[in-house]
Amino acid sequence: MNEELIISGRMNPYIDPHLEVWEWQIPLYLFLGGLAAGLLFFAAYFVMTGKEKKYPTTVKYGPIVAFIAISVGLIALLLDLKHPLYFWQLYTTIRIDSPMSWGAWVLLIITFVALIWIFSYLKEAFPKYNCKIGFISKLMGIFIEETGDSWEWKYPWLKTFEKYAQNNRYAWAWVMAVLSVILGVYTGILLSAFNARPLWNTAILGPLFLTSGFSTGAAMLMIMSKSHEERLSYSRIDLFLIVIELFFITHLFMGFLASSQVKVEAAHYFMGGEFTVTFWVNVIILGLVLPAILEAMELLKYKIPVIIPGLLILWGGVMFRFIMVEAGQIIRYLY
Amino acid sequence: MRYGMAIDTKKCVGCSDCVVACQTENNIPHGYARDWISETVSGTYPELTLEIRSERCNHCDNTPCVRTCPTGASHVIEGGIVKVTHEECIGCGACVESCPYDARYFHPDGYVDKCTFCDHRVKNGQDPACVSVCPTYCMYFGDLDDPNSEVSKKIATRKTKVLAPEAGTKPQIFYLI
Repeated sequence: MNEELIISGRMNPYIDPHLEVWEWQIPLYLFLGGLAAGLLFFAAYFVMTGKEKKYPTTVKYGPIVAFIAISVGLIALLLDLKHPLYFWQLYTTIRIDSPMSWGAWVLLIITFVALIWIFSYLKEAFPKYNCKIGFISKLMGIFIEETGDSWEWKYPWLKTFEKYAQNNRYAWAWVMAVLSVILGVYTGILLSAFNARPLWNTAILGPLFLTSGFSTGAAMLMIMSKSHEERLSYSRIDLFLIVIELFFITHLFMGFLASSQVKVEAAHYFMGGEFTVTFWVNVIILGLVLPAILEAMELLKYKIPVIIPGLLILWGGVMFRFIMVEAGQIIRYLY
Repeated sequence: MRYGMAIDTKKCVGCSDCVVACQTENNIPHGYARDWISETVSGTYPELTLEIRSERCNHCDNTPCVRTCPTGASHVIEGGIVKVTHEECIGCGACVESCPYDARYFHPDGYVDKCTFCDHRVKNGQDPACVSVCPTYCMYFGDLDDPNSEVSKKIATRKTKVLAPEAGTKPQIFYLI
């Protein structure tokens, strides 16, 4: 047996004994970013294909949840920075080599596109002005006024803008669809760009995080929707996405096992090593296989409360990102 | 001009003088370090071998830290020295994640800090602080492009290795083994 022991006199915070630069903020953001990407993509897709009548929740309320998710995610990203007041430096340059740079730009742009989308559907989403939350009610009171049964914008430029947004929904849907795919892929590429971290440095992480993000988006819409038809079609979509995700995860580990020594060791962390139980129980069984079975049963006309597979998928999505970020920082090159 | 280092693992005794010299020279906050000592024991008792190395940023030719920096704070200056502009650093941690040597750390003031090859000393023709204090003279600093520099001669005549070459970073600190 050949053993190697490394002793280091260095004890830099966040670096030693193992890297812990990214704590809860980044995985939380990766989850929320993927969720928002999924929600926005489905909204855009069903407008592009002219099925907005069949998917009212997706088109009207999905983007609102996505906007909230992005906002919370942005706050998490800001909290992650050790120099938070300098965040604006991100927007003084575009560096194509750095996923974080173009990711930050995409995030900024898609937030505005989502806002325009929400704006164009606001009257349909909330036909009556009866907001119970005090500060939102006051805030909206600046811009709108009640007119009998419904409400109207106070200022003519808001009306003009609303008309413009409503007339160009199809074009905005295309913009939002493309941006949401980039946002979803970005959450994976952010990690896969680091060749120093063997677990992350694989090209399949982009498509894997995209699929997982879309799957959590579909799960969210499944929970939110009140129409049986809409729910059932998201069950079908989610089942399909879960199968793809399982394929990608299989490929991920097959790729590791067929690669260099550090990557083989990275795979072993999940196959007998310290992340085995956490990963297989939370991500594979609770987050993918069990909801897939429940959804398949629902499609076979069994009565399944939709909240159960929905929450399981969201749980799997959260855990997947937390495990990947944590494990990725522990698995490193040894020399 | 390409600055680099050769470190003789046969002569290094792991005294940590280089670490202290760096902390003093560069005002490193208490509890932090830009360079450090690694000891590797390999083999099976009683046939054991010990290797002691003084490690720091490798000032790589292929710099993942500069590539992943979203603001351009991480950059390469003349001579291949990798530096961080403190005023441009937002402390996102991307460069820390991208370094296979874990050579970067967060300064308590919020920016990322790392070895600069003591460029303020090198500019004046002096060696970096760590090299200048080494009691066993096991470190050599100089221009790798110049075949007559001491560091180039050491690398040419001795067997060398670099750390984690499989990470693809082309490190410029050579360990004489």
